[in-house]
Amino acid sequence: MVSSVVKEEEEREGIRGLGHLAFIAALVAAAAVIFGIARLIGNSYAFFAAYVVVQYIVLGSAWNILGGYTGYVNFGITAFFAIGAYSTVVLYKLTPWLPLPAMIVVGGAMAALVGLGTGYLTLRLRGVFFSIATLALAVVVQTLITNWDFVGGARGAYVLRPKLAPLIGGDYVEYLFLVMLGLCVAVLATARAIERSALGYGFAAIRDDEAAAEASGVPTLRLKLVATALSGGFMGMAGAPLPYYVTYLDPASGFSLNYAVNAIAMPLIGGTASWVGPVIGGILVGGLQEYIRVTISSAVNVLVVGVLMVAFVILAPQGIVGLFQRKRR
Amino acid sequence: MTGSLDLLVNAIISGLLLGGFYAAVSVGVAISFGMLDVVNIAHPAFILLGSYAAFIGNTVFGIDPILATIIVLPAFYLLGLLVYQVYYVAFERRDDQSLRGLSFFFGILFVAEVGLILTFGVDYRSVQAWYVSGNLNLHFIELPWRLLVPFLLGLAMVAVLQLFLSRTFLGRAIQAVAQDQQALRLMAANPTRIKRIAFGLSFATAALGGAALIIIQPVEPSIGREYIGRIFAICVLGGLGSFPGMVIAAVTLGIVENITATFFGPSWAPAVSFGVLLITLAVRPSGILGR
Repeated sequence: MVSSVVKEEEEREGIRGLGHLAFIAALVAAAAVIFGIARLIGNSYAFFAAYVVVQYIVLGSAWNILGGYTGYVNFGITAFFAIGAYSTVVLYKLTPWLPLPAMIVVGGAMAALVGLGTGYLTLRLRGVFFSIATLALAVVVQTLITNWDFVGGARGAYVLRPKLAPLIGGDYVEYLFLVMLGLCVAVLATARAIERSALGYGFAAIRDDEAAAEASGVPTLRLKLVATALSGGFMGMAGAPLPYYVTYLDPASGFSLNYAVNAIAMPLIGGTASWVGPVIGGILVGGLQEYIRVTISSAVNVLVVGVLMVAFVILAPQGIVGLFQRKRR
Repeated sequence: MTGSLDLLVNAIISGLLLGGFYAAVSVGVAISFGMLDVVNIAHPAFILLGSYAAFIGNTVFGIDPILATIIVLPAFYLLGLLVYQVYYVAFERRDDQSLRGLSFFFGILFVAEVGLILTFGVDYRSVQAWYVSGNLNLHFIELPWRLLVPFLLGLAMVAVLQLFLSRTFLGRAIQAVAQDQQALRLMAANPTRIKRIAFGLSFATAALGGAALIIIQPVEPSIGREYIGRIFAICVLGGLGSFPGMVIAAVTLGIVENITATFFGPSWAPAVSFGVLLITLAVRPSGILGR
């Protein structure tokens, strides 16, 4: 049923004649417009808030590549996210001259490797075992980081944020936001490309009936590993700029459960079948959270996300995207 | 040399006691995950709810923490029935357990934790009882009551549940549901009703597990997370659905964790359960005593 939705969507896209390159161009244009608007507002709070929302879109989309497309639930988001963040801390200490995008690539690669390893050991079993292993992975990576003095251990690490942004000028936060927008374009383009490729149909086959997929010759383990590595890699990339954003990173904040809940809640609320879902969920939930954080309190804001997520999985299993599709039929 | 041998013996004995406590907090998941195949990762949050029930009973009404959780057992049982009913209607009946069912429990875990933070704050809370401090002095070794009572409570819970499952009609029905739901339906029994009851029981054990937890250590709302990995490591290592296997696994993990804490420092202990879990999944996913 879900794969028919994907196909239907593809036909619609086909009528409109929107190729993938045009899609990427549209994404880049949208990102440029958003960045331009943020610059026009010129308020550094706007950049700080927008960075968080875009970061959640990246995290949610990354989670969705594994969770939404193949149906394997990764609870260890904080592990991958923090691996990215802490690899930046390490690089900052060893090679501070390295530009941020290079650090992001390294962070993503590290996270992808961890994803590959965990997946290799547990993905051959039933899906729940992978989920439980990732849940425990978050605890173990946190233990390792807490005990690693080089990156500050439990005391945390300070990262000096340069005053001026390279290339574009202005405050460094503007540069961080631009980098995150770039990541967002990359992850959305990847997600959409997967949806429309043989890889995506393989993922959907695994999600709908893994035994049947295996029996019809889909290399399920290899596909699942590809999904885990891609998904983990993008989560690591989303985390890599974090030390520059917060300037002080300790294990308790880097491994905050909020990241995990948000990254899972946003695709589930938006809809897991396509790349649009995490974007809608990210903008709505991320925006709502920024609003509640400012007006009420940050404890209430995380409670709202949790309650929304439970309500959506029970009442609207296909997310907001699903609600609209049902209406149109 | 004798010093480190002493340390080792001590670590093993207190690890053994810790293992009994781990059995107390894991037995609920051994029922829900092991027998009913419901992956209730929110279980630790309800254990903490039990801890806070014990805390309120103890500080507000001045009663014994274990007695306090025994009083709230029926409420936990009913809560379990309710959660299972929602889970059944929303996920199991639609055959959508993996992605959304897991996310449902993850959401519940998170909501329960934040709810506890909003209600009780993030301060550590503890209870008063004669066994919270002091030791049982056997002439060759001193055993802290703080560890001994949860150990005995855990063993008692497992023993009672094992007897219930093997001797009573309802208990056998629960075991039957674990083995073959379809066959049970053919015997004109309603597997959903039996699963609901078993899930209620699993929640009831969370109340007692919570009492054991707050006796062993002061609690704050987010420590439940540390137990997720432990509990599932124990259930997987023990072989899903096997109580004796679970007790062996709980004691093993308790001892290994304690030895790690003694010789490498307590901050490394949380990594042990993950190591155990990963090795088990990679080498022998059916666990020690698995079928």
